Amino acid sequence: MSNRLINWFRFASPHNFYPLAGRMIPVFWTLSALFGIAGLWMGFFVAPTDAQQGEGYRIIFVHVPTSWLSMFIYMVMATWSGIGLSLNARLSSMMAQALAPTGALMAFLSLWTGAFWGKPMWGTWWVWDARLTSELILFFLYLGFMALQASIDDPRRADKAGAIVALVGAVNVPIIYFSVKWWNTLHQGSSINLAKSSMAVTMLWGMLLMALCFWMYSIAMALTRVRTIILERETHTDWVKELPEVKT
Amino acid sequence: MNAILAVARRDLLMVMRRKSEVLTALFFFVIVTSLFPLGIGPEPTLLRKIAPGVLWVAALLATMLGLQRMFAADHADGTLEQMAISPTPLVMLVVGKIGAHWLVSGLPLVLVAPVLGIQFDLDGSALGVLVVALLLGTPLLSLIGSIGAALTLGVRGGGVLLSLLVLPLFIPALIFGAGAVEAHISGLGAGGHLSLLAAMLALAVFFAPWATTAALRIALE
Repeated sequence: MSNRLINWFRFASPHNFYPLAGRMIPVFWTLSALFGIAGLWMGFFVAPTDAQQGEGYRIIFVHVPTSWLSMFIYMVMATWSGIGLSLNARLSSMMAQALAPTGALMAFLSLWTGAFWGKPMWGTWWVWDARLTSELILFFLYLGFMALQASIDDPRRADKAGAIVALVGAVNVPIIYFSVKWWNTLHQGSSINLAKSSMAVTMLWGMLLMALCFWMYSIAMALTRVRTIILERETHTDWVKELPEVKT
Repeated sequence: MNAILAVARRDLLMVMRRKSEVLTALFFFVIVTSLFPLGIGPEPTLLRKIAPGVLWVAALLATMLGLQRMFAADHADGTLEQMAISPTPLVMLVVGKIGAHWLVSGLPLVLVAPVLGIQFDLDGSALGVLVVALLLGTPLLSLIGSIGAALTLGVRGGGVLLSLLVLPLFIPALIFGAGAVEAHISGLGAGGHLSLLAAMLALAVFFAPWATTAALRIALE
């Protein structure tokens, strides 16, 4: 019985993880494409036109999933950083590093699509709403993490320094969110109500499918990036030199 | 406790031997705040409205100026390594250094802020709230900043990177610090803001030296 259990620590070594990631990437790309097609079909053809917002609301099928993922990826990144720091696991730090650009992209897309949505709905590209502001700050935190890692030459030191930034940021994200929220409500009161009344079931499904699509995309991207990072950092090892894609 | 005081005294002594560094940050604070009325116009109602925000943003930037020096010199001449291997826990020494940094770059700002507040036509009670808010907020800035200073130790382009890392983390302090004065002026009472600021300070006193120590150990590896 015991020999049928997978030894998860086996995959903590870049040498074993590299081929596994290679096999997982096509799976996640396929899932992403399937969920994407289904989600877009739901979003464009099945979901009804919103009574108040017209057709413009359909941007939420991109906006909401990217916002969710930007926050979720930060959490995952901080978790990997914490594991990397406490267990001194190289691969965990590499995962954190691989996730950061995707997270930053999601935060950026969320802000961008939010602006596109805000212009027709609120009549303005930007308001100092609590959610928008904390999303912007989250984007800054991603940039800080990436900038710090990029400017340290020694990869191990970059990993650890980045891990501390990610963890400090993770502690701060809720504080920032609530402070911005209270700041905003103290100033002008909540002028925008984001809560949608009785959202149609098809809309919700479209959104969930798109969220899954973006989720799978993020995993595929992170795995692709982590494979590149492994190759970069392990060029001196024999197993990398033996790889067919490196030999040619 | 003795170790904390010893490190703090040493840092203060070093600063006193080269006073220009303290004065630079202080004059930076004074000049930046004085620029705003020149740029915006001398209308008292408008100035009173922007005063807390301007003073706080200037205080953030003035704190940033001294942050890089918190560990840089000791790192360069090897003192930091000696501190790391000394029998006293490094956290204690870090607390001492943060305390010294606050005394040098935070406290002068607190003391000079009421004078600048008068320039912005704040009345007496608002000035009092401003001083209390800065008194609670500037140690918070030194504590959070020390994490960034330790992380960017000996890193290429450390100065710019430091601001990129630390400024987003300063936002809560800015919001409640400036908010306290604004709430007081608008008659809401500053108690809530000051309590939250104090709560964040308590949290930072506990966690920040610890994170800074971890970052220093990484830099020293």
